[in-house]
Amino acid sequence: MIEVQSLNKKYGTTPVLKEINLTLPDQGVTALIGPNGAGKSTLLGVMSRLQAADAGRVMIDGLDVHQTSNAVLSKKMAILRQDNTISLRLKVYDFVAFGRFPYSQGKLTQEDMEHVDRALDYLNLNDLRHRYLDELSGGQRQRACIAMVLCQNTKYLLLDEPLNNLDMKHAVDIMKLIRRAADDLQKQVVVVLHDINFASCYADRIIAMKLGGVVYDHPPELLMTTDIMRDLYGIEMTIHSIQDRPIGFYHL
Amino acid sequence: MNSVRAVVARSLSNPVYRLMMAGVFAALAIVAFLTLNVRASWAFTLPFRGEKVIAIMLVGVAIAFSTVLFQTLTHNRILTPGIMGFDSLYALLQSFMLLLLGRIAFVQLNPQLKWLIEVMVMAGALCGLYYWLFLRQKRDLPVLILVGIVLGLLFRSLNSLIGRMMDPVEFDVLQDLMFANFNRIDGSLLAVAGFLMLLVSAWLWRQRYVLDVLQLGDAIAVNLGLNQRALTLKLIVAIAFLVSISTALVGPVTFFGILVANIAYAVSGSYQHRFVIPMASFLAIIALVGGQAILEYVLKFGSSLSIVVEFIGGVFFLGLVMRQGRR
Repeated sequence: MIEVQSLNKKYGTTPVLKEINLTLPDQGVTALIGPNGAGKSTLLGVMSRLQAADAGRVMIDGLDVHQTSNAVLSKKMAILRQDNTISLRLKVYDFVAFGRFPYSQGKLTQEDMEHVDRALDYLNLNDLRHRYLDELSGGQRQRACIAMVLCQNTKYLLLDEPLNNLDMKHAVDIMKLIRRAADDLQKQVVVVLHDINFASCYADRIIAMKLGGVVYDHPPELLMTTDIMRDLYGIEMTIHSIQDRPIGFYHL
Repeated sequence: MNSVRAVVARSLSNPVYRLMMAGVFAALAIVAFLTLNVRASWAFTLPFRGEKVIAIMLVGVAIAFSTVLFQTLTHNRILTPGIMGFDSLYALLQSFMLLLLGRIAFVQLNPQLKWLIEVMVMAGALCGLYYWLFLRQKRDLPVLILVGIVLGLLFRSLNSLIGRMMDPVEFDVLQDLMFANFNRIDGSLLAVAGFLMLLVSAWLWRQRYVLDVLQLGDAIAVNLGLNQRALTLKLIVAIAFLVSISTALVGPVTFFGILVANIAYAVSGSYQHRFVIPMASFLAIIALVGGQAILEYVLKFGSSLSIVVEFIGGVFFLGLVMRQGRR
């Protein structure tokens, strides 16, 4: 269980997180949505200990993330940030294998290699395993990054806009993978999404942020309404039921 | 015939073989240094040259280690620890001691004591700077480097101020210290320096995989379980010691580290520190020991190695900058 307790953070005098309180169960897919600058990435950054908060704390299975050793946390929780520029000239396989570092400390065992192979398989990267990262397209690199955090085999997975740079097929594949990780492998996946319809189709719960605060926290059926969308994004959206899913249309 | 070629090609791409080859060349350079053009008796020559070769190796390895570590820490392949104002602090220290003690006392100063003071002041200054910026002000690495550059400028200006106030004879002594000289090495320092090198190397070897992870960037490093802040502090202390060892032994060397580190990245055939660091060390030994052997015993230009090495390193550095600019 992840418990976020009265989290507050300011950049200078601008508040970016305002009194955030959340409880996330052990299993499920939670989508984090909201307009640009709402504080989604900052919340994920603080939850994953990459950023410090000014006040409040984050507990993961009873451990305060800012007090617990990184080595312990790296086996419980994996985070993928938005910007992953890697200056190193590295092959895809070697990069993905870094995901096993918390367990292997650099020396890969047979079991580690099986994890790496499985992750490469999941993300359709088998043909690219011997290519260098800097020879890949943005979407391929994004998939390599996801494969790396998947290898970490953690109970909690925090993904900041994992659909960045992905075409439709790969975006759908990633969302299916996230769903499967939650259902089959009993993981809790927190994912920042911009495509509201992906959130609606794949998440159990959608948390909407605006100006640093959590403003809505509902399952998709309750969150996908014209009023909420107008309040969140300031656009007129009609909600249609397609194959029993609420789908928002706002493109015209 | 083809299969032979295939085997050769395969072993050439294997980092272990590449490292072994570099090791063989380094050993050849050492043998050449010990045996080229021997005039005096072997009983005199071998200990005499042996001490020198050990000193040059120590310096080369220290420069190779410190540059690779610094570049890993900063995720940048054209920086050296010299940018943190290290060489100018060394220069300031020399002129300050000279001014304080006078020429005669300065020259007569116990070399071990003097060296120890230099190492302590240089390592202490950097650790203090780090402590203040990271832990008190909560700043990050780029700020530390910028402050280092500014301080370097300050040290240089102070140094030239002291230079102006100095007696011309003393200034002459000082000028001599401002350029690296591989013939000046004091044999009595070798035991201490070697011991320190051994400690640092042993620690580094234990960190070899951790350093690989650090290269991926801070966010990924923390995600994979590194205690990144503590590691940064330890690395800075290690770099401070390494730079102090080499600078105090021979004087400031600016571009040589960039040269060996970047060639090592290119020829080691691996991103892993367990290959890159030994490769950079072997390359440094080949360049310094081999270069000194040729210059001193074949061409008879005793003290000009640092000039040659810095010239090549400087040109190489310019090339790197131009290539990065084009990208």
